[in-house]
Amino acid sequence: MRYLPLTKNDREEMLSTIGANNINELFSNIAEKVSINPKFNLPNHKTEMEVEKHLSLLSDKNLHADNSSFFIGGGSYKHHIPASVDHIIQRSEFLTSYTPYQPEISQGTLQYLYEFQTQVSLLTGMDISNASMYDGSTAAAEAVSMAKRITKRNGVILSNTIHPHYADVIKTVSGIKDTDFIYNRKFSIEIDHLFNEVDDNTACVVVQNPDFFGSCYDLSSLSKFVQSKGALLIVVVTEVLSLGMMKSPGTMGADIVACEGQSLGNPMNFGGPYVGLLSTKNKYLRQIPGRIVGESEDVDGKKGFVLTLSAREQHIRREKATSNICTNSGLCSLAFTIHLTLLGEKGFKRLSRLNHESALNLKEKILKIPEVKLLNKSFFNEFTIELPIKGKVFVDRMAEKGVLAGIPVSRLINNNKELDNFIVVASTETNTEDDMNSYIESANEVLR
Amino acid sequence: MKNSNKGLNHDEPILFEIGGMDKTGVDLNEPTFEENLIGDCFEDREIGLPGLSEPESIRHYVRLSRKNYSIDAGLYPLGSCTMKHNPRLNEKLARLKGFSEVHPLQPLSTCQGALELIDEISIWLKELTGMKAVTMTPKAGAQGELCGMLAIKKAIEARNECHRTKVLVPDSAHGTNPATAAFLGFDVVTIKSDKNGRLNFDDFKENVDKNFAAAMITNPNTCGLFEDEIIEIANYIHDAGGYLYCDGANFNALVGKVRPGDLGIDAMHINLHKTFSTPHGGGGPGSGPVVFSDILKEFCPAPLLKKDEDNYYLVENHNDKDIDKSFGRLCVFHGQMGMFVRALSYMMSHGSDGLRQVSEDAVLNANYIKSSLEDILTPAYEGYCMHEVLFNDDFLSGTGVETIDFAKALIDKGYHPMTIYFPLVVHGALLVEPTETESKNSIDQFIETIRELASKTQDGEEFFKKAPIYTPIRRLDETKAARNPVLRWQKNDVIAAE
Ligand SMILES: Cc1ncc(COP(=O)(O)O)c(C=O)c1O
Repeated sequence: MRYLPLTKNDREEMLSTIGANNINELFSNIAEKVSINPKFNLPNHKTEMEVEKHLSLLSDKNLHADNSSFFIGGGSYKHHIPASVDHIIQRSEFLTSYTPYQPEISQGTLQYLYEFQTQVSLLTGMDISNASMYDGSTAAAEAVSMAKRITKRNGVILSNTIHPHYADVIKTVSGIKDTDFIYNRKFSIEIDHLFNEVDDNTACVVVQNPDFFGSCYDLSSLSKFVQSKGALLIVVVTEVLSLGMMKSPGTMGADIVACEGQSLGNPMNFGGPYVGLLSTKNKYLRQIPGRIVGESEDVDGKKGFVLTLSAREQHIRREKATSNICTNSGLCSLAFTIHLTLLGEKGFKRLSRLNHESALNLKEKILKIPEVKLLNKSFFNEFTIELPIKGKVFVDRMAEKGVLAGIPVSRLINNNKELDNFIVVASTETNTEDDMNSYIESANEVLR
Repeated sequence: MKNSNKGLNHDEPILFEIGGMDKTGVDLNEPTFEENLIGDCFEDREIGLPGLSEPESIRHYVRLSRKNYSIDAGLYPLGSCTMKHNPRLNEKLARLKGFSEVHPLQPLSTCQGALELIDEISIWLKELTGMKAVTMTPKAGAQGELCGMLAIKKAIEARNECHRTKVLVPDSAHGTNPATAAFLGFDVVTIKSDKNGRLNFDDFKENVDKNFAAAMITNPNTCGLFEDEIIEIANYIHDAGGYLYCDGANFNALVGKVRPGDLGIDAMHINLHKTFSTPHGGGGPGSGPVVFSDILKEFCPAPLLKKDEDNYYLVENHNDKDIDKSFGRLCVFHGQMGMFVRALSYMMSHGSDGLRQVSEDAVLNANYIKSSLEDILTPAYEGYCMHEVLFNDDFLSGTGVETIDFAKALIDKGYHPMTIYFPLVVHGALLVEPTETESKNSIDQFIETIRELASKTQDGEEFFKKAPIYTPIRRLDETKAARNPVLRWQKNDVIAAE
C-alpha cells in the first residue's frame, strides 16, 4: 500500500519490542466484546491510476461552469481565480499544518490570518473580524446566537428576502423557537417593512444585502430604528464582491456582519468548502465565536502573532463557550486573502465593477426576449426575472442546450405559486459576449 | 527597514506595510458602463486594501509559509488530531472541473456525477461504521456533534419527553462535546474518569435519572483507550430511555477493524480531515459526516440524497414531505464536496484491506512508542493503548521543567510537539499520536529525541525554559495578547511607528 511505510519486518520487530505475539493482541480487549476484522462489502485497494479513472468518470458526468454558458449565483459564484492562489495554498506548509497552537512554528498561518482579519474588517467596515467560520450561512447563524447573548433577548426577525436556506440554517443552528422566529416566507420581491415587528423581545433583525433576489438596499435608517429598540442589525452578504460598489455594512450601521467569502479565491465546489466571514464592533469582542489571532511579542521583544482571547472558546471554556466551533475554514481563508492581496484596492473595485457591468449587459439582452420582465429596481451582479413559463421548466430546457440559466425560485421556495415563473440570474466577469448570446438564443428557442 | 534575516529565515513584514493602493497582481479590463443600478447604497468608497504584484505576492506568502511546521516536513504527533500524510492524488482529483466548477444549485440532471459521488462515499461510511444512515452535510467534527445532538433532541421531542435535558459527558471529552450540548440548551453533567482512564460507570449510573437525555462518549477516548464497557454502557443508556452519541474523532484506531455500529451507538461523527486524510490546511476546512442508527435516521437534516430508478435527486426544503421529521438544515448547500472527493479517493486507494492496515499500523506505532519510552517517561495508564499514547508529567517532577517547556524543547529538536495539557484528566498531559504514515525510522528517531530530552531534564530547567531558540520567533506573551487585544492592523500603527 503506497501510503503505508511499515514493512512486514518492521511490524514484526515492533511487535516484539512491545512484547505482543501478533497485531490482534493489541485489540484483544475489544475482541472480547465484539468481533474484530469483520468482512466489509467494499473493494480492496486500488492503484493511483484506477482511482483517478473512477473519479474522472464521475466528474465527466457533470456539466460545469467551464463547459457551459454559466449564469448561476444565489450564494455561490463563478469567478476567475488567479493561478498563483491555487499554487500557494498547495504549499505543504499551508496545506498540511494544523491549527496554529504552537505559535513559534506557525507564524506563517498566524500572520496571514491577522492580515485576513484586517482585510475582512476593511471590507465590511467593522472594527474586528474572527479568523473564519465554515461558510456564510453558519456565520449568519453564529451572528444570531451572538445577538441573543448580547441583548439577552430571544426574538429573531429575518427579512423576507434572505436566502431561504440561510433562513433554515439560522433557525436550526441558533436554535430559535417557532414563537421567537419571524420570517415571512410569502416573499415579496422587495424587502418587507420590518419596522412594525420589532419589539422588546427582539434580539436582532437579519437582512441580506444584496438580497436573495439581487436587490441592494441602504440600511442606514433601518439600523438606527433597530438599535433604538435595543436590538441589533445583522447584515448578511453572500456576494462579497458587491462590497466594492456599495456603502459598507459598517457605514450603514450594522452591528454584526456575516459574509460568504467564496467569491474570492474559492471555487464553487458544489457547495463547499467555503469561508464564512464574521465581523462586529469592538464592544462585542468577547461574544464573537471562533478563533481570533492577535499581536504580541516574544521574550526578545520581537513582534509576532498568537491565537488569543481563547477564554471564549470550547477548548478552554467547554460548556460555557460562545460556540462549539473548532476546525474552521483555514485554507479557504488563505485563498481569500491571497486573491484579495493580488487584487488590491484597485483590482477589487475594478472586479466589482466588471461584475456589475456584466449583469447590466445581460439585463439589456434578456429584456429583449418577449414576455420576460425584470423584477429588480436595483442589483449588483444578479437579478430576478419573470418568465412566461415555469422557472424550473425553463432552466431544465436551457440546461439541455448547455446553458445553466439561473435558479428557479421555486426550487428554494416551494409553497408559493406566485413565484413559480421567477428565476434568479447571475452574471460575472467570467461571462463573455458569446455566453450571453447563447443565453438569449437558447431562451428564445425555449420560449418560442 | 533594518535587515534582521537569518539565512533562510526571512523576516516578513505584514501586508499592510508593503502593499500599495495603486498596486495589483491581476490584470482586468476597464469597465465602461456609464450609469450603475446599485441604487441608494452605491458608494465609491476608499476601502484601504493594499495590493501586491504577482511576484511580490508570491514572495510574501512563500516567506510566510516557511515559518510553518507541516506534516510534509516532519512527524506531527498531535494527539487527537490525526496528522497523517495527505496524498496528492486527492488534491488533484478535487480539482477536476466536474467537481470544483459545479454549482450547488445546478439542475440535478446536470450534476448526477457529483450526487453519485456523495452516494458512494455515503456507502463507504455506512459500511465501515456498520450504521444505517449517514448525513454528509456537517462542515466539521463540531458541527457533526451538533447534528447528532439535534437529532437526539428531536427524537426526545417526538416522544414528548422534553423533560429529558441532561447530557452526560466524561471529563476526558474534547471541549466541543460539552460546548455542543450546552449550545443546544442541554444541562451538561461531567462524569469522572476512573483510574484506568475509562469512564467511571458507577458515577455514570448515579447520574442517570428521569431527566437523562443522552451521553456523549468518545471511543477510543482521548486518553487513547478503548471504552471496554461501551456495550454495557450503551445498554444501560437505552434501558434508561436515553441515546448514545459517540465522538468518532478517533476512528482512525478502528477503521477497517471494528465497526462502531456493533457497539450500540446511536449517532457518531467522523472527521474526514482526520481518519480520511483530507488536509488540515492550518485549521480547516474539515468535514464531519454523521452516521445514524435506525431510530434516529428519520430526524436527519436536509438535504437528503435519494435515488429513483435512474436518477439521483435531493430533498432539500424544510416542508418537503420526505423530511417532515427532519430537525432542519446545517449549512446552505450540501456540505464539503471538495472534502468528499479527497476522502473517497483515500478510501478507494486503501480499499477495505488497506484501511484495516491503517488502524493496525496506527495502533502499532503508538504502542511501539509507548513501549520504547515507558522506562523514561510516565505513561498515564497501564496496558496497550490504541492509536495514541498518553503520558503524564510525573517524569518531570522535581526537575523544574513543565510539560510546556518540554514541548518547546522538542521544537528546537525539529519536531512539532505532541498535544499538551489535554485531556484534562491527566496532570501535565502529553498525548502522542504518530499515525500510520510514519516509517519505523522516523519513529525511532523521534523516540531517540524524546529519550535524550527526558534525560536532559535531570540537568536542570534552564535549557527547557529558554526553548525554543531556533525558531523564527521565540515564546510569545499570550497574556499580553489577551489583555490588550490587537486584532488587526490600523493605519495609525504606521504613523505611530514612524
Ligand atoms: C476528540 C475530538 N472531538 C471533536 C473534535 C472537533 O472536531 P472539529 O475540529 O472537526 O470540529 C476534535 C478535533 O479537534 C477532537 O479531537
